[in-house]
Amino acid sequence: MTAEHSHLPVEGEVRIGVYVCHCGSNIAGVVDVPEVTRWAAENLRDQGVVVARDYKFMCSSPGQELVTDDIKNLGLNRIVVAACSPHLHENTFRTATARGGLNPYLCELVSIREQDSWVTTDKAAATAKAKAILAGGVERVRRNEPLVPVTVDINPATLVVGGGIAGISATLELADAGFKVYLVEKEPSIGGHMAQFDKTFPTLDCAACILTPKMVTAGTHPNVELLTWSEVEKVEGFVGNFTVTVRKKARYVDEDACNGCGVCQEKCPKKVLDEVFEAGLGYRKAIYTPFDQAVPRTPVLDRPNCTYFERGTCKACEIFCESDAIDFTQEDKILTLQVGNIILATGYDLFDARRMQQYGYGRLPNVFTSLEFERLSNSAGPTNGHIVLRDGVTEPKSVAIVHCVGSRDKNYNSYCSAICCMQSLKFAHLVREHTEATIYEFYIDMRTAGKGYDEFYQRILEEGGIFVRGKPAEITDVARTPEEEGKLILQVEDTLVGQQRRFPVDMVILSSGLEPRADAKELAVRFGISCSFDGWAIEKHPKLDPVATMTEGVFVAGCVSGPKDIPASVAQGAAAAARVLGRIQQKQMNLEPIKATVHAEHCSGCRICNTMCPYNAISFDDVKGVSSINAAMCQGCGTCVAACPAGAISGSGFSDEQVLAQIEGLLRIGASGAPLERTAYPVTRHEAIEEAVRA
Amino acid sequence: MSAQAPVAPALAQGAASAATFEPVIIGFTCNWCSYRAADLAGTARTKYPPNVRLIRLMCSGRLDPTFVLKAYAEGADAVLVTGCHPGECHYIEQNYKALRRFQLLQRTIEALGIEPARLQLVWASAAEGVRLASEIARVTEEVRALGPLNWPAGNIVDIDSVNLDAAWEATGGDAGGPPAMPDGVDPEHEAEVAQ
Amino acid sequence: MSPTARSNGAAKAAAKSRAKPKLAIFGAASCGGCDVAIVNIHEHILEVAAAFDIVLWPTIMDGKYADIEAMADGEITVTLVNGSMRTDETVHLARLLRRKSKFMVAFGSCASEGCIPGLANLSSRKEIIDTAFSTVSTDNPDGIRPIWEYQAPEGVLHLPEFEPMLRTLDQVVDVDYTIPGCPPESKQIWAALQAVVAALNGTGPLPPKGSILGAGESTVCDECARKRDVKKIDRFVRIQQVAQFDPEICLLEQGLPCNGPATRDGCGALCPAVGAPCIGCYGAAEGVVDYGARLISAYASIVEATKPEEIDRVLDGIVDPAGQFYRFSLAGSLLRSSRAAWNSDGEK
Repeated sequence: MTAEHSHLPVEGEVRIGVYVCHCGSNIAGVVDVPEVTRWAAENLRDQGVVVARDYKFMCSSPGQELVTDDIKNLGLNRIVVAACSPHLHENTFRTATARGGLNPYLCELVSIREQDSWVTTDKAAATAKAKAILAGGVERVRRNEPLVPVTVDINPATLVVGGGIAGISATLELADAGFKVYLVEKEPSIGGHMAQFDKTFPTLDCAACILTPKMVTAGTHPNVELLTWSEVEKVEGFVGNFTVTVRKKARYVDEDACNGCGVCQEKCPKKVLDEVFEAGLGYRKAIYTPFDQAVPRTPVLDRPNCTYFERGTCKACEIFCESDAIDFTQEDKILTLQVGNIILATGYDLFDARRMQQYGYGRLPNVFTSLEFERLSNSAGPTNGHIVLRDGVTEPKSVAIVHCVGSRDKNYNSYCSAICCMQSLKFAHLVREHTEATIYEFYIDMRTAGKGYDEFYQRILEEGGIFVRGKPAEITDVARTPEEEGKLILQVEDTLVGQQRRFPVDMVILSSGLEPRADAKELAVRFGISCSFDGWAIEKHPKLDPVATMTEGVFVAGCVSGPKDIPASVAQGAAAAARVLGRIQQKQMNLEPIKATVHAEHCSGCRICNTMCPYNAISFDDVKGVSSINAAMCQGCGTCVAACPAGAISGSGFSDEQVLAQIEGLLRIGASGAPLERTAYPVTRHEAIEEAVRA
Repeated sequence: MSAQAPVAPALAQGAASAATFEPVIIGFTCNWCSYRAADLAGTARTKYPPNVRLIRLMCSGRLDPTFVLKAYAEGADAVLVTGCHPGECHYIEQNYKALRRFQLLQRTIEALGIEPARLQLVWASAAEGVRLASEIARVTEEVRALGPLNWPAGNIVDIDSVNLDAAWEATGGDAGGPPAMPDGVDPEHEAEVAQ
Repeated sequence: MSPTARSNGAAKAAAKSRAKPKLAIFGAASCGGCDVAIVNIHEHILEVAAAFDIVLWPTIMDGKYADIEAMADGEITVTLVNGSMRTDETVHLARLLRRKSKFMVAFGSCASEGCIPGLANLSSRKEIIDTAFSTVSTDNPDGIRPIWEYQAPEGVLHLPEFEPMLRTLDQVVDVDYTIPGCPPESKQIWAALQAVVAALNGTGPLPPKGSILGAGESTVCDECARKRDVKKIDRFVRIQQVAQFDPEICLLEQGLPCNGPATRDGCGALCPAVGAPCIGCYGAAEGVVDYGARLISAYASIVEATKPEEIDRVLDGIVDPAGQFYRFSLAGSLLRSSRAAWNSDGEK
């Protein structure tokens, strides 16, 4: 809100201005807008409607000016706009109202587009519904109060959760701008999934080569406090003033003493299957850094797999460490951080291909997932970059790459995972680079929309390979012919040819889809954001506000909100950082004045409200015997307002009076547009005659 | 997982017959999930019956049983309560309070003779526009089958200085005698005296 | 005393009382308890008689409707109406008294919210009359039912007809003030009457129209001495199901549905003090639109269960929701009745 506005309470007569938008033909094509306007002017006069206008595009400058001018010229003290969704333009019209000199919260926007014209084909019914919606808004706005936003300070420190490419991108933007960032990562090193990749499409840049410089910068930046092997346990507070509890898990290595020489790793006798970084294809030690370029270089001791912790013997790491950095007594540390904003960049998990039993992953040894293949292809991987079968030795002579595994599939995930087509083409190139194998690609569509992507596709096509448009029904090792013996056979309908075909190959790579992290829903609850039924974080607006969430102060970047490629993740990381920087620069922020208040004179101290608030905004004063609400912590959900048996809690912005009035307004007219037919309560004959006389 | 909901049934084209009852249903939505789902249904141009009139609350936890009873008292044929799926509430856990209030309220309205199907609860996340639309369509048809609720409107008659007895006489009053006796009642009956 | 002497005395008394404000106390469909509560102010009743000219109080003294009808509009300064609008006679008299009174007060729970007789609105008139006139133990072989109009040789005889639904006073006339309670506590009655006298004298403020008199600003918990903690209910019990309730701790926390949190204070929390749960006779708190809705919301909010089946199990403990939440307030609630009360076919 930049305009000046009046904070004086509105007294006396209510004078309402009604504005009905055509929205071009979006509304007017179905709803008879002039009729609704005329109806309002005539029938809502008893509610205080002084003027009713319709206009082509209310959100335009001239549209807004109608509101502003009418407030000044006609002495309006309430505004109702019937147009699109409040999620789009509530602020627009509130600002226009403020420019007119009226408190912005005396303006209501009711939707007759998303809620009416766009969802109804019956014009008469839509017009009737629009009248009802408008009447509801008018009766509600009469009870609106001139609210004043609560102002909070913004702590300039930021928490970034997740040290993948999106999180690193956000961190560097903020840190370079001169502000403190806490980067929390649950693995021992930052880097995320990108660190596991071999090459990135479409440039075929080596993933580690472009990633590690950023990792190093993030790890050494004076404004960045890197907290790896750490997890956020609790988030309290509100935008500008979050208190975050982080558990820094014990590494059993003193970070200050350790110089990253790696001797402990070398000497450790215990080999552990590396299911995280090496995707289960390779081994690490019990004390380890996940990969050579790990940031920080400090290793982590995997306690459940450590001989010393198991049996009390070994201690090889301690013996050989020259810096005295091993500390078996180290404990988890609980840190409390104060930050102003939070950026969530926790990334994705891969679809578990074992769920598609017909593809045999986990049962047939030479079926690999995409991440497994990245590790095979990576020269720093478990096979030193040799693409070999599960036996670790044999080079495949034929490789099949299957798109859309667990994606675009009603049985698993309906969505497209965005990156698998490009990834599969990349795999084709890498297989060709490392082997002599014949390459098959099984796809539904080729989704290569990004910059340089389709050119990459053309290039791969020219490199050769057999492209089959069909999703394999089955991958099996049951041979039907001698040629199929010892092979993996893909049974597929080649839709371009219109035939069932069988392709015997040595190796299959499944481009598994991207899924939300397994703990995505818990994470959402912990940070107070919403996520979809699938588990993707929900952004404030998928088109116009993709990095903000509905929770002020919590932003999202990267795959946490849905599958996307690296350029998009980087862009979102930077975008989230830009949003946070904007907040930090402003130093203060206005909070929506939707708050609950306990009226102490009516509160009996029954304490029923005390357990209603998940933000702990409600407290009980033992001495006074009444409950009270901290306005800054109150998030405005209204649950306590509804729960109070004494009606002693009021909720501004959504008061009982406002909602009850809206119900009355909505039920003014019936489905046909005529006043809702009501029957009278039955009375005796005598009384009925009395009433007839009086009528 | 995320099996996509079927598209909401298409509205019957052309004017409804005069005999078709069109219910009027008040729906409560929450700002973060179900209202957004309704917006999404709109943006996707999903068509559903126009019988539900939505009220936006910040959270389903704001739902006061007073609102539901008020809706019936003002002439609504049914009330639809919506919110985020349990476990996904934007305000963490408030939809559980809404769920409990809904269950107790449903028992109470049943005790007052209102069919439980006139109070329905639908959870919908912000992404489930099509599903919400089809649920609205389903509820509309269920309520249509139940018929109108037609809860009477209250009436206070304003007092003026009419002479009541004169008014009674003026409108016919006792002319024509008293109304007919209810069945089986014989005012001339003589009570049998117990021996 | 001879009739002449009596009428002379009456004339003298009338002359004396012409200057005093007129007071009418009328029991509509009433149990008489409110009248008992009024006289229970003991010797203060003499002060009431001294301050007012009581023109109508059928329980206590003689008075004729014709005298009321003969008055000018607004001649009665204050009318206290207790009892509910159950017959058309009570409705008629409420309207008559409204015309003739300056201030009309809904006295007691029946007048203000319907009280226990309001639970009749859970049935239709036919069901009520059938039950009263032909139960198993009723000797009514010819199925006699009350009739409201009878053609007698002298003309049509009108009897007060049982209204199809019980109504509160403010559903029938415009009410100025309300004194809640079943009955209102005598101390509170006296306090309210004193306030009225002071207002009429000009020595005290006239409360704004619509005020609740003789009660507090909060709810019964405010006056209840029991210790209160946060509420987490995992079961609701009936009073006969538990041998002994803890005398110090909040009854609701012990699973006993106590309506205290939603009920206006002023009674002194007498019931919880002796181990009985508040049943809500003092009506709703300030500004509350529907009393039952507040209880439904509050009770449901504090149930410790998240799955529908678990919630059902806890709520099964409230065996009669209509009775529990609307024991006194049904007629004055948003819905006023069950559907049966106005939706029965062929009832008479």
